[in-house]
Amino acid sequence: MFDALTDKLQGIFSGLRGRGKLTDADIDAAMRAIRLSLLEADVSLPVVKQLTTAIAARAKGAEVMDSLTPDQQVVKIVSEELTTLMGEANVALPLASKPPTIVLMAGLQGSGKTTCCAKLARHFRQQGRAPMLVACDVHRPAAAEQLAVLGTQIDVPVHREEGRDAVAIARNGIEAARKLGRDLVIVDTAGRLSIDADMMDELVRIKDAVQPTSVVLVIDAMTGQTAVDVAKAFADAVDFDGVALTKLDGDARGGAALSVRAVSGKPILFIGTGEKLEALEPFHPDRMASRILGMGDVMSLIEKAQQTVDPGDAKALEQKIRGGSMTLEDFLDQMQQVRKMGPMSQVLGMIPGFRNATKGRDLNVDDGQINRVEAIIRSMTLQERRHPEIINGSRRRRIASGSGTSVQEVNQLLSQFKQMRKLMKQMGRGGLPPGLFGT
Amino acid sequence: MSDADQEAWAELFGLAPPPGAGDPEPRRRGLMARLRENLSKPRQTISPQLAGIYAGKFVTPETWDELEEALIAADCGMDASLSLVEDLREEAAQGRITSGADVATALTREMATRMAPEPARIPLDGHPTVILIVGVNGSGKTTTVGKFAHRLSELGQTVVIGAADTFRAAAIDQLAVWAERSGAQLVRQAQGADPGAVAYDTVASATARGADVALIDTAGRLQTQHNLMEELRKVAAVVGKIDETAPHEVLLVLDATTGQNGLSQARLFNEAVGLTGVVLTKVDGAARGGIAVAIRRELGIPVKLVGSGEKLEDLQPFDARSFARAIFSPED
Repeated sequence: MFDALTDKLQGIFSGLRGRGKLTDADIDAAMRAIRLSLLEADVSLPVVKQLTTAIAARAKGAEVMDSLTPDQQVVKIVSEELTTLMGEANVALPLASKPPTIVLMAGLQGSGKTTCCAKLARHFRQQGRAPMLVACDVHRPAAAEQLAVLGTQIDVPVHREEGRDAVAIARNGIEAARKLGRDLVIVDTAGRLSIDADMMDELVRIKDAVQPTSVVLVIDAMTGQTAVDVAKAFADAVDFDGVALTKLDGDARGGAALSVRAVSGKPILFIGTGEKLEALEPFHPDRMASRILGMGDVMSLIEKAQQTVDPGDAKALEQKIRGGSMTLEDFLDQMQQVRKMGPMSQVLGMIPGFRNATKGRDLNVDDGQINRVEAIIRSMTLQERRHPEIINGSRRRRIASGSGTSVQEVNQLLSQFKQMRKLMKQMGRGGLPPGLFGT
Repeated sequence: MSDADQEAWAELFGLAPPPGAGDPEPRRRGLMARLRENLSKPRQTISPQLAGIYAGKFVTPETWDELEEALIAADCGMDASLSLVEDLREEAAQGRITSGADVATALTREMATRMAPEPARIPLDGHPTVILIVGVNGSGKTTTVGKFAHRLSELGQTVVIGAADTFRAAAIDQLAVWAERSGAQLVRQAQGADPGAVAYDTVASATARGADVALIDTAGRLQTQHNLMEELRKVAAVVGKIDETAPHEVLLVLDATTGQNGLSQARLFNEAVGLTGVVLTKVDGAARGGIAVAIRRELGIPVKLVGSGEKLEDLQPFDARSFARAIFSPED
């Protein structure tokens, strides 16, 4: 593990190996590092205090004191405590025994409610249900229009009205859904500040009017210390049943997830991971814990790879690699498979320690380089891609100008590819080239 | 628009003060009162932690721990909080802070200095002045553009709004409503159009009409989305083709509830398009926008505007002294 917290803890515990025994002062220093790390990840202060107390109690126990690797033991405890506090994995949104199931969405302005409504509707439609959307945000200009456009994109009907009475629109929407025989209704509401009494009252009245099966609080993953206040206010007003955590595709560590969960005790149901309407994923507490601790997300990376790479293609490629007959065409194909997993920066960000090592900077250098390599290969004819040895000086000049690169860059790519193919051929025969791996 | 408001906005834009402008002090009080009113709907203005500290007759070692926590709870971040507490502790060691009330005075002063040592300025000296509004999804860009255009119009400035958020469904319609409210001209293309082309048209149209300000709304994007950040870079570059000094202002709209990720937002947007200021939105009772302190500290980018509510008049030029007093001072 290479993450920031581990590094800090290693520093704290390093002097101790010689002494062989942890003191209370060592533990206190470790707790300070943990506190700092959690606060930097935007976990709310009261939750941080609660956590560090629990962690300190366990850290002072035998499992750490007697361990040869106390730093790793402490990280393990932190990760376990975080995961436990985060709650169960994959909690499903409860469905009504007698349809329609009614889901009421609530949250602050800009948390991503409208997009989340459409994502949820799409999700349920995929599962064979007949969802309907109800546009009750009468406050933000064109909010109903936005939902209507999204509804068209996912082919889900949207109930909207010209009026200004959100409660009436909600009630009519449910009525319309019943008439149309829709079995799941998602009610979008206006964003509201948790301290705005009138607006919170409107939400309560909508809830009373539609009697939802569940209320979902939508929270922005970038939320800071106020997450606890927001969760408390919405829990008091509408007693929400679960949380949707949005905008997790950025580099926010997402401590708000922990705060909301700790304060409300309600599960996180979904996470939003992108602009596209299919970017809605179930929640994994252990992965979220790793993310908050800055330890990367290897599980998600593996899953993404499995989703994008076709096993049949992989087998065929392996044959080619072993036979030394891989072409530039295959190479381009491979590159695109990796890119399908997301922008390089995002894929790399899932690797433990990477984000920390680069401090969020220069993550995109590789994307640019890959773009150029791709452009070069795309500027070749099929014949050239399959038989790079035919590429002579004039072809090189044409490829360079076609791809907006230089002849040197084309040369570089060709010679790298040649070497790679040679190496693969040798490996395929079972023999490693001399000098490799220090032998 | 009240006289006090008009003066504040005229000062922000470097326009001639309206006739009858008086001593700036009563205006500051007016602004502060409004902010506090917005901030305090059904709650106390300052956090219970701060209230506890201010009530103390003497400062004790615990005072500093509590202060540190209060600042962290306001999202100021660890580094900014620690350095501020360290400075106040130093003052206390020299005997200049002895009571909770002294802490209140010193904290308010330090906060104001750290958020913006100079009064906010958005000079309107371009022909037109091109202002680019950027930020992550849901931070309040479109609403800010709408309110901002309204203010400019009230001061007699002609405004052309560019709807360069061609990605989000109905973003253009939302902006059209705001444009109509403020009487500004709207330059728009179909959804999915090239935002660079919209931006170019906006500035070209503003130039042709001799408008004072071209205000360009852009699509929300997370700062880590490389391709979208490149697109934004292009939007900024494209308006520079008409006037190489444009864009004159690039404002990052930042939700005041944002935590430490706000630093990453400011850093990466700044690298892409060179920010000139921050618009802090949705400042309310719970969210104190402390991240702006961290951003100013690390990147030197000041807050220029602050939005604290739903009403048109809730967008205000940022006045660090009023803001710090509204958020960190005990009730007068």
